[in-house]
Amino acid sequence: MTETPLIKIKNLNVEFPLGRTLFGKPPMLRAVNDVSLEIMPGQFYGLVGESGSGKTTLGRAILRAVPISSGEITFDDADIHYDVGSLKKKDLKNYRKLAQLIFQDPYAALSPRMTVRDIIAEPLEVMGLTKNREETDERVRDIAAKCRLNLEHLRRFPHAFSGGQRQRISIARTLVCNPNFVVADESVAALDVSIQADILNLLKALQNQLGLTFLFISHDLSVVAHICDHVAVMYLGSLVESGPTRKLFDNPSHPYTKALLSAIPSLDPDERTKAQKLEGEIPSPANPPPGCKFHTRCPMAEDRCRKEAPQWRELSQDHYAACHFV
Amino acid sequence: MSLLTVENLTLQFRTDEGLITAVESVSFEINSGEVLGLVGESGSGKSVTAKSLMQLNPSNAVYSPESSIQLELENEVVDVLSLQDSSELVVVRGGAISMIFQEPMASFAPALTIGYQMVEQLLIHTSMSKKAAATLSVEMLERVGISDAGQRFHQYAFELSGGMRQRAMIAMALSTKPKLLIADEPTTALDVTIQAQVLDLMKDLVSEFGMAILFITHDLGVIAQVADRVSVMYLGRIVESGPVRDVLHSPSHPYTKGLLHALPKLDELDKPLTPIPGDIPSPLERPPGCVFHTRCPEVLADRCNVSIPTRTKVSQFHTASCFAIDSTGKAA
Repeated sequence: MTETPLIKIKNLNVEFPLGRTLFGKPPMLRAVNDVSLEIMPGQFYGLVGESGSGKTTLGRAILRAVPISSGEITFDDADIHYDVGSLKKKDLKNYRKLAQLIFQDPYAALSPRMTVRDIIAEPLEVMGLTKNREETDERVRDIAAKCRLNLEHLRRFPHAFSGGQRQRISIARTLVCNPNFVVADESVAALDVSIQADILNLLKALQNQLGLTFLFISHDLSVVAHICDHVAVMYLGSLVESGPTRKLFDNPSHPYTKALLSAIPSLDPDERTKAQKLEGEIPSPANPPPGCKFHTRCPMAEDRCRKEAPQWRELSQDHYAACHFV
Repeated sequence: MSLLTVENLTLQFRTDEGLITAVESVSFEINSGEVLGLVGESGSGKSVTAKSLMQLNPSNAVYSPESSIQLELENEVVDVLSLQDSSELVVVRGGAISMIFQEPMASFAPALTIGYQMVEQLLIHTSMSKKAAATLSVEMLERVGISDAGQRFHQYAFELSGGMRQRAMIAMALSTKPKLLIADEPTTALDVTIQAQVLDLMKDLVSEFGMAILFITHDLGVIAQVADRVSVMYLGRIVESGPVRDVLHSPSHPYTKGLLHALPKLDELDKPLTPIPGDIPSPLERPPGCVFHTRCPEVLADRCNVSIPTRTKVSQFHTASCFAIDSTGKAA
């Protein structure tokens, strides 16, 4: 591709201090470890992994919601170029308009004391994007219609809505300031299946309509398979495999990706397999294993895996994995 | 007779807004050594149904007079709803029936060790000595696959990972040798790889202990993996039930069909996801007639919104409550 990526991440590390020490530096927990990836404009980029794999931290680092320890994140759109790690006041404010977040739990994300209209209008008012109330109202009505909310809903309070409707309110609030890039962090995880499909279709429709780029964070591989064009799999802070959705799901290369895929419970009662199930649990990121981080649970692990971290290699076009055996 | 027989269970909650129906005319039975899956979305009444088996619902719950829950034990038949105070309820609460919950962190007391809590319930339900109870507890922890069980026994819930906590919860629930285990979304809070481990463990335990499991979940995939029979609930009613193969391979009720279509499937990536139209009605505005008619794509005018469909036989053990299925069992 000759296009420039919208988001480009190079050797990103995010570390958190573990407690405080009187002298010297406290031990650090590396939540994101040497991650590099590129998100193209208009892409629906999926990020999967178990809890504790660092996917949320990575998403937040891109939004500058957590401090970046080292590495580089750049944002390029037409004539705008931002080095996300070193943004200062005014630029950071501008960046916040361009990059937004949809939260996981629509029950916790909406203030119970504000009407839906006020909730959706708040970003416009805070960022001073509109000149007067009429303009604000127009923008709110416009985005509400796009998110399939009735005008009559705008006067009500969040408690009157079901989970699916709340998530639509939450999406409307995220999109009201016309961002280019949206991080959707487990945005359908708290919803029922019948509603989940509706929200996924809505996100996809909004992407086409508004030309958005998504980073879709999820632990659910079947959801990611359906909605994303490109998928990256994370384990203990590092990327283990990434590639176009089809390639990755038809031909998973890393043993972790394979195990994740086979752990999805099949809908067919005749397919009760016990094959390829992972033993053990994800190790603590405060004390990651040496060598390949996955070796403690990997069915293929050998001596080499315990000592030497595997390289990130291109297997076929756009399909990468980090494993000694691929 | 089956181990547990529930008939016409109707349960309402007294609230400031009036009586709210949570469960309506629910009937099912569970045999020993069988796993019955109960699926439905949030608000469908599956947890409330399970809790009424142990009378765990809050005090504003009103059971209708027709409701009956019979539990058959070796030497007696217990009428669960007639049990009055907690001393009588001990027979079902933790005795013949144990329950494991969705969020294992919230189910353990944070300030007491895992071991203390395991021993405590054994002392209440059995005539074991403290020492014997401790030995059995460590054995159970080992049985569910917790390494260094002796050490874990003295630890607190926060020192265990999510998967391990759920294993400890299962060990605790099984140590009193219950006849029926109620598992309320036991794997929902777990990662897929851990979920697969816990499901395998539960399947092994059913065959080893020969108990029955009432498995509550919203995930049809999990049901396909563990259940023998399944009942699908919507707004407090069971709309379809039958052997898991029949229900998942040839669903009859439009709601079950809708749920299956809405599910993203890995082998059908090109098919668009079809959501069930509309939202679940608020429990305050319970639709008349068939509860699903407000969202049903196969709704029949002047019929579904007026009268309540009865259970119709689809095949030998497979039933569904829908007017669109005619008496021959074929979907119209």
